Amino acid sequence: MDTLLNNLDIFVEGFKNTLILFFSSGAIALVLGTIIGSMRVSPVPAMRAFGTVYVNLVRNTPLTLIMFFFAFGYPKLGFPKADYLVLALIALSLYTATYVAEALRSGVNTVPVGQAEAARAIGLTFGQSMSLVVLPQAFRAVVPPMMNVFIALLKNTTVAAGFSVLEAGAIRQYLSERGEPAIVVLLWVAGIFVALVAVLSWAQRSLERKWKVAR
Amino acid sequence: MSSVLFDVPGPKAILRHRLLGVLTVVVVLAILGFIFWRLFATGQFAATKWQLFTFPLVHQRIIEATIATLTAFGMAAVLSLVLGIVLAIGRLSSRKWINVPVMLFTELFRAVPLLILMMIVYYGLPPLGVTFVTPIVAVVTGLTLYNGSVFAEIFRAGIESLPKGQGEAGYAIGLTKGQVMRTILMPQALRAMLPITISQLVVVLKDTALGFIVTYQELLYLAKFYGSQLQYGSPIIPSAIVAGSIYIGLCLLLAGVAKIVEIRTRAGVGRRDKKLGTPAPTPFDGGASIA
Repeated sequence: MDTLLNNLDIFVEGFKNTLILFFSSGAIALVLGTIIGSMRVSPVPAMRAFGTVYVNLVRNTPLTLIMFFFAFGYPKLGFPKADYLVLALIALSLYTATYVAEALRSGVNTVPVGQAEAARAIGLTFGQSMSLVVLPQAFRAVVPPMMNVFIALLKNTTVAAGFSVLEAGAIRQYLSERGEPAIVVLLWVAGIFVALVAVLSWAQRSLERKWKVAR
Repeated sequence: MSSVLFDVPGPKAILRHRLLGVLTVVVVLAILGFIFWRLFATGQFAATKWQLFTFPLVHQRIIEATIATLTAFGMAAVLSLVLGIVLAIGRLSSRKWINVPVMLFTELFRAVPLLILMMIVYYGLPPLGVTFVTPIVAVVTGLTLYNGSVFAEIFRAGIESLPKGQGEAGYAIGLTKGQVMRTILMPQALRAMLPITISQLVVVLKDTALGFIVTYQELLYLAKFYGSQLQYGSPIIPSAIVAGSIYIGLCLLLAGVAKIVEIRTRAGVGRRDKKLGTPAPTPFDGGASIA
């Protein structure tokens, strides 16, 4: 307990940055993933091809490698200087967006064909049938897998610790300078993560119950 | 191309689709072009930066690092599959004192970030007197505990998705619980879950890259090392490209295998119910198969 209380400053700072990474890259990934997910089912072949290539390529790339490119590669390209936190945030968003896209697409796949056929039959366009008929139903089916994506994102934020970001994964490094035992610090970090994940899974279950569609 | 989501396009729509297609191509090319322009402008393609990668010794080291990555992957894959089967059986046990601890175990190790697990093994245990911890031990232990728990859930879902009659028929002809599990349920569940199992193995392979952070000398570690060689102009981007292509190539290879297996199992089962859009990649996917 002392380990936590005596170093509350680092713990708070670390988990603050973890939550910043989580919420902002979650939001960006949601937007980006929706765009890419709808590109993958769109009638334009070039868009479908781009969506497919992006998803397959990025999903088969280790997150560590993406962060490696951003943290070490970006500063060499002569761009304006960026904070490591921002670079990690971009890497996380690009990576998570593919999982959001896939979760959305599998959600679209659960909507019965008749729904879309009915929408087409009354003359709705692609945009209308997507936004008024298919997506509202897909979003409900998507809640559980989407929450899984966010749980994974929360855990993935720790990877940024390897790239000079002071977040939860880096707390050990900072506290070893203060002579704290690594195991105690790490068990505290792990415990807090278990609590955060528990909150997210609770949200997942209650949203699932609330939005369950009777079919 | 026809889909229930949109009509067969008429002349106007075809024109619009072509325009959008051209626009997409232009935007994508512009982004790629911009990246390549920056790479060129900052001299990333200069011969001096790539000279390092022409030496046979460097080739040797890259091959060794690739083998190190594959070793960690192979060990973690085998161990976590075994752990997964054991945990799945424990989870399905009717004895409370077995299935409750097993459930807590799987839930716990799925909730702790993999990197933290590796750090606990690598930085946490040695001060407590555990002497055999090397980076590969940390990487393999972390990967095994996490993926073993994920595999346990996959196999359990596989067994629970089997028709009830399968197990009941086994009991009816007088098999014991262990026999039913071994000879009837497990073989079917493992086969049904094969595509997902392989896609989870891709995740294991991807996650070996986390070993970089706990100083396991795999591909990324080598890339960082070569990338900081000053006398060759610190070729961090070239070395990341080299290591990255090997990583992505390996993962794509394994993902391709998963795809083939999935198509073959699906062909055996026969066509699934017709659903919207393009065929889904893996039915049980989403978060479970994320690093």
